[in-house]
Amino acid sequence: MITFWFAVLVLAWVLYFVLEGFDFGVGMLMFTGRGEHERGAIVRTVGPFWDGNEVWLVAAVGVTFAAFPDWYAALMSALYLPMVAILLLLAVRGAALEFRGKHDSPVWRLRADILLSVSSAGIVLLWGAVLGILVDGLALGPDGEVTGAGLGRSLGPLLTPAAGLGALAALLAAVLLGATFLALRTTGPVRRRARDIARHTGTFGAVALLLTGIGTGNRLALAAAALVFVAGLQARRSREGTSFAAVAVAVTTTVVAVFTVHGDVVLRSTLDPAWSLTRTSAAAGPEALRLITVAGILILPGVLLYQAWSYWVFRRRIASERVPS
Amino acid sequence: MDVLDLTRLQFAVVTIYHYLFVPVSICLSATAAGLQLTWMRTGKEKYLHLTKFTGKLLIVTFAVGVVTGLVQEFQFGLGWSAFARFYGDVFGPTLAIEGMLAFFLEATFLALWYFGWDRLPRRVHAATIVVVAVGTLLSAYIILAANSFMQNPVAYALDPETGRAHLTSFLDLMTNEVVLAAFPHTMGGAAMAGGGLLMAIGIWRASTDEAFRTLSRVGAWTMLIGGAVTAISGDHLGKVMTAVQPMKMAAAEALYETTTSAPFSIFAIGELGHDRPFFSIEIPGLLSFLGTGSFGGTVQGIDDLQAQYVAQYGPGSYVPMIPVAFWTFRLMIGAGVLGMALAAYHLWSTWETTRRVPLLPEFLQPGRGTPGWLQRFILIAPVLPAAANTFGWIFTETARQPWLAFGISKVADGISPGLTRAEVIASLCGFTLVYGLLALVWFRLVVHLSRKPLAPPVAAEETPEPAPAY
Ligand code: HDD
Ligand code: HEM
Ligand code: HEM
Repeated sequence: MITFWFAVLVLAWVLYFVLEGFDFGVGMLMFTGRGEHERGAIVRTVGPFWDGNEVWLVAAVGVTFAAFPDWYAALMSALYLPMVAILLLLAVRGAALEFRGKHDSPVWRLRADILLSVSSAGIVLLWGAVLGILVDGLALGPDGEVTGAGLGRSLGPLLTPAAGLGALAALLAAVLLGATFLALRTTGPVRRRARDIARHTGTFGAVALLLTGIGTGNRLALAAAALVFVAGLQARRSREGTSFAAVAVAVTTTVVAVFTVHGDVVLRSTLDPAWSLTRTSAAAGPEALRLITVAGILILPGVLLYQAWSYWVFRRRIASERVPS
Repeated sequence: MDVLDLTRLQFAVVTIYHYLFVPVSICLSATAAGLQLTWMRTGKEKYLHLTKFTGKLLIVTFAVGVVTGLVQEFQFGLGWSAFARFYGDVFGPTLAIEGMLAFFLEATFLALWYFGWDRLPRRVHAATIVVVAVGTLLSAYIILAANSFMQNPVAYALDPETGRAHLTSFLDLMTNEVVLAAFPHTMGGAAMAGGGLLMAIGIWRASTDEAFRTLSRVGAWTMLIGGAVTAISGDHLGKVMTAVQPMKMAAAEALYETTTSAPFSIFAIGELGHDRPFFSIEIPGLLSFLGTGSFGGTVQGIDDLQAQYVAQYGPGSYVPMIPVAFWTFRLMIGAGVLGMALAAYHLWSTWETTRRVPLLPEFLQPGRGTPGWLQRFILIAPVLPAAANTFGWIFTETARQPWLAFGISKVADGISPGLTRAEVIASLCGFTLVYGLLALVWFRLVVHLSRKPLAPPVAAEETPEPAPAY
């Protein structure tokens, strides 16, 4: 049961990072749109989806809390300030996305677009750093808490090489996801430019990942390099669907790898291995697990169905040549 | 202030803020559904315009609800990790189920509705907004059940080894007598909040479009009916609370001694201290009636309860902040009743009639139109219910002190052990700044949206649509 819930949890986080990853990416690429109406078209590609995507974060956090309360408690309180920063940026971003089109003034829209792209980039960097920190582990004490003084307690982990590497990788992934999604969902100049970005980032990313892979002997980086290369290639051939899928697979493997690097240990303590949280030590009691299992089986298939339906309803491309606003 | 107080303050600020927007979303989604169904039934254009207008208000309000709700989801781990560890088995599944069942529904279907006007068949499209309205009610119910656990813990067992709470029955958690009473009460409050907003906008813009006059009356009816529901359910909630947390209701009246036929004070002057009697205007027996259902009933006083709890739970103070409890309870009721009166007055004065009621003074005659002072100070219509909601929550949560979950765990034991003062101050500043700006922008946007003409100019000729992407 614990392994099953661990799998569900990883699935929820993967869905979150892939789905919201593309709308973060689209947000970052706002200013590849020239002029108000092209930027309007860009926003419209994610308009109907971003909120549904963000609920995967609610689900992922909820499942973490439900199935592994100790893990949830340790992670959130140890990374207090980075998490608060993510939440604040998410708030700015959500408001920018929804408020943008409700006002006709060009200045209003320009401001919303700036906030949207800056906050998207900030969130991507922070989530990447958090994933990097997960690989490294935290200075958990015997009670599963990190102690320290002042702001440094929870900001400190951000200043490690692992966090930096994670942030850069996430930036690359989000740009690729965003560019391939944009290319898939639009026509006209925005599509052309998104395709170019996907191509170039794909090539650059593949080389960077290849070098990292060779340098560190990390097989995952090599696999990601191959996938990213395919994504760039397919973008060049206007096969945007496969191109997007290749990036999504790359992100999926990376996230799965991050969650499973330490085997049974879900949150490594850098102070003493005995203080690390394992799947069993962090798990909720059997009653709680049974309850969410029943609930999940009853509810989630329906969720996947109607979310898929909404992608079907809004399957038409957005014409960037002429969308007025 | 120490870390504990700062963290409590932050929880209060962030949650109260969330709850300023949430009731409006709950009400507006139901209202939009109602307006759209009315349009489909009657075919009158004005209902279509009003549906779309309400939909826009809903979207911007919902967005604020969503981003602040996300913060709520993280709060228990950020500031209250000890609490999250102890009650994870009860709270975790509840929040997870809320997310899976309600939030996906709301978010996906609201987008389908808003962007789907010309993509979906008419009936399917109308169904999507009904689904949104049902989703908001589901999420409200489930989260209130989680809160009710803290007011009146049920359906749990303490693990003798770890001391952690285990859930024993989800059904019992969902049918806690407190949530059964609190749900209609909060939903009535939500109707008042959304109704107040619609009424205000309707009155403000009534001179520009006949449809806005209709909107003002729709809002006023919603507010009035919501008010009736809060009053009736509030009375019931009071009885439930007297049974499960007698200290809370005693604090609400600053009643120190156990009293038979206890009075309810409308107003009081002076410190609500123990030793010095304070002046108050009282309605005899009303507190007994609110608490027990009979004017002659006995209500336990603070001193007796304190002695009883010391015997039961060990030494310490079990008395919440009396003035806060006393005043917030009165302000909740006062603001709500005033809001109801305003709605009733508006309905009466815009009633289409030429009849005159003898003996009534001129300003109370029916059908005389909205008076100027109301137009000028119309902002009070949405502010009153929002204030009532806020005071109600402050009362509920502070008069539960010192308990986090009543009778089983204290607030001081719930906080994240590692948290530092600097961190909480930094985050509190961050939330205050971002939330403050968000509220300002929201307000500007609502004003802007209300200023636009309801019926949009007919769009130019349609251009063919691009092909599907997949
Ligand atoms: C417009 C809003 C509004 C109005 C007019 C009222 N209330 Fe209320 N009240 C709330 C909005 C509210 C609330 C914000 O929704 C609360 C906070 C927690 C809850 O469950 O509902 C609440 C809590 C609350 C509680 C505490 C419940 C607890 O501790 O869990 C009691 C006893 C009452 N109310 C009683 C009343 C009575 C007797 C009213 C008489 C008219 C009344 N309320 C009007
Ligand atoms: C499911 C719903 C809720 C849960 C689980 C919950 C839980 C909590 C927790 C853990 C605290 C901190 C500990 C404490 O001070 O008691 C708290 C405090 C508080 N909450 Fe709630 N809350 C909920 C809903 C709300 C809402 C909707 C509001 C207001 C709109 C609210 C207002 C407050 C206030 C004012 C405090 C500060 C009380 C104090 O510290 O004296 N709560 N609540
Ligand atoms: C502290 C406890 C609370 C938590 C953890 C919480 C959590 C959340 C979250 C995560 C969302 C965003 C959902 C989305 O992404 O679509 C949300 C929105 C919502 N919440 Fe809360 N909430 C709390 C308090 C409350 C209370 C007390 C109520 C009602 C009585 C409520 C009712 C709603 C509703 C109806 C929505 C959807 C409408 C909207 O977003 O405006 N919440 N909440």
